[in-house]
Amino acid sequence: MMLSKGLKRKREEEEEEKEALAVDAWWLDPSHPAVAQAPPAVASSSLFDLSVLKLRHSLRQSEPDLRHLVLVVNTLRRIQASMAPAAALPPVPSPPAAPGVADPLLASSDAALSASMASLLEDLSHIEGLSQAPQPLADEGPPGRPTGGAPPGLGALDLLGPATGCLLDDGLEGLFEDIDTSMYDSELWAPASEGLKPGPEGGPGKEEAPELDEAELDYLMDVLVGTQALERPPGLGR
Amino acid sequence: MPSHRMPSEADIISTVEFNHTGELLATGDKGGRVVIFQREPESKNAPHSQGEYDVYSTFQSHEPEFDYLKSLEIEEKINKIKWLPQQNAAHSLLSTNDKTIKLWKITERDKRPEGYNLKDEEGKLKDLSTVTSLQVPVLKPMDLMVEVSPRRVFANGHTYHINSISVNSDCETYMSADDLRINLWHLAITDRSFNIVDIKPANMEDLTEVITASEFHPHHCNLFVYSSSKGSLRLCDMRAAALCDKHSKLFEEPEDPSNRSFFSEIISSVSDVKFSHSGRYMLTRDYLTVKVWDLNMEARPVETYQVHDYLRSKLCSLYENDCIFDKFECAWNGSDSVIMTGAYNNFFRMFDRNTKRDVTLEASRESSKPRAVLKPRRVCVGGKRRRDDISVDSLDFTKKILHTAWHPAENIIAIAATNNLYIFQDKVNSEMH
Repeated sequence: MMLSKGLKRKREEEEEEKEALAVDAWWLDPSHPAVAQAPPAVASSSLFDLSVLKLRHSLRQSEPDLRHLVLVVNTLRRIQASMAPAAALPPVPSPPAAPGVADPLLASSDAALSASMASLLEDLSHIEGLSQAPQPLADEGPPGRPTGGAPPGLGALDLLGPATGCLLDDGLEGLFEDIDTSMYDSELWAPASEGLKPGPEGGPGKEEAPELDEAELDYLMDVLVGTQALERPPGLGR
Repeated sequence: MPSHRMPSEADIISTVEFNHTGELLATGDKGGRVVIFQREPESKNAPHSQGEYDVYSTFQSHEPEFDYLKSLEIEEKINKIKWLPQQNAAHSLLSTNDKTIKLWKITERDKRPEGYNLKDEEGKLKDLSTVTSLQVPVLKPMDLMVEVSPRRVFANGHTYHINSISVNSDCETYMSADDLRINLWHLAITDRSFNIVDIKPANMEDLTEVITASEFHPHHCNLFVYSSSKGSLRLCDMRAAALCDKHSKLFEEPEDPSNRSFFSEIISSVSDVKFSHSGRYMLTRDYLTVKVWDLNMEARPVETYQVHDYLRSKLCSLYENDCIFDKFECAWNGSDSVIMTGAYNNFFRMFDRNTKRDVTLEASRESSKPRAVLKPRRVCVGGKRRRDDISVDSLDFTKKILHTAWHPAENIIAIAATNNLYIFQDKVNSEMH
């Protein structure tokens, strides 16, 4: 793995490779005045993209490396903060006609990316927060599934969570007070899939955001339908 | 390492540790094995082979596990090994993977009893009618056998991945740290531990910092330090409170505004922290530097050494290929006068704190034949290039020296280069200065 300008990119979009190479040239120059201030939106967008991909990849692990996750999230926050003018736009991608916006296409995709990042971060909290309730994971899916796949139970919990969170939080915790619940702690629901959460920031912005694989979604839907009734229909992507 | 097997990922060395006398050197690998090397006693008859390390014992410490409840695989990779101070003829060490710590006892057997009354030499019961007189069994010498047995298994103490273990100077307790919590164990008690640090926020959404390493003070049994992903060190006193969430001292260097970038936090994340043998200093490693901290000064390190500053302009690419997240260890020599850490391209660096001189050396088969002298290497960053210089763009980032160890008293170092172990000795200057 050599360090060179023509580094093979992991991203699917080819056009971003050229953009990133152009970014690299700027980025490598420490004397560039832009480095000290908020970098131009072009650079941030590529870095943002990359960071979001890293975050998704990290969350897809059955047991994410918490340090890696936290560092990527914090970096994303820094990038988002530097993209503040673009991120202030509503999550709806506006048509590229708005005056005063430097690069309307970029601005809209930035906003959508910001929205997706926000929802990814919320996913992390939802996943960890819901884990306080000791759900019978065994029912949710076949044990011995290969790791790295999306555990079916995760989607179900995501759906149940917002509606029943308060019920689960205190009541069951009290019941299990005298039982060693260390095994039921945060790691119960490995954040392997973030695609099914119907976040409150729903709406047209979702369509622009990165989508869960159709195949993954179908599989999860099958399992969910098989194990329990849905409280509300899952959203596609976010 | 045995060379008759094809190298595989399981052979990647994940930790290296000398025992307190330096007589033994333990390595752990990704496959959950521990290999212990023993230093051959120096012999006047064969001066050239004096003090070399040979394999002493090999055992499987951890096996891959599957947690059925959480549908998760638990890696068998040995994250850390720590030796207990030797208290009798046996040696003991702690080894840990992501979730479970084990105490192993290593004993030697070089005699066996012969002349049983009821059993014959093969252990079969004798026909009692043939026994006409009693004899006392005698211990006869036999080929040395090293026996390793698990004495304790400390399980279910950690929800997150264990990154450090450290034996207390009281020799009765030890601590284990994961991303968010640190537990204190008694070496004889496996069914409970005391939680002494917990930085898990009520809302995981608020999580911004994790614990990256921790260690007990070498002399004060109540003091320990832990480092964070934000580059800070917290010194805690266990006498102050049962839960040491409040630090006694916070060591943090303010960010250098001229070096600020999106990656500032990532490169400030401390990957290793080690107390000096004297107990007066701490050594930390972050992505680009090693720093020496004085326990009496929290505001900034007293010394900072650049390990590979030429990477500062490459951070974006290193972020993309995840190299920026590599965790390098660091080490003191026995007299705390020299510090060592690994880098890329199988390079490792040493910094002399007194002379302020530093050297880059390479751990590779090509550059080190037995008893050859290591040649200093140089990375050139443009400008004049000498003949044997390596250019920054030619560095091999897959060859990382993450794990290094220094003999407690002598100038002997152990370097883990992926699945190879190198042991270098300084014959000329064997004694500490």
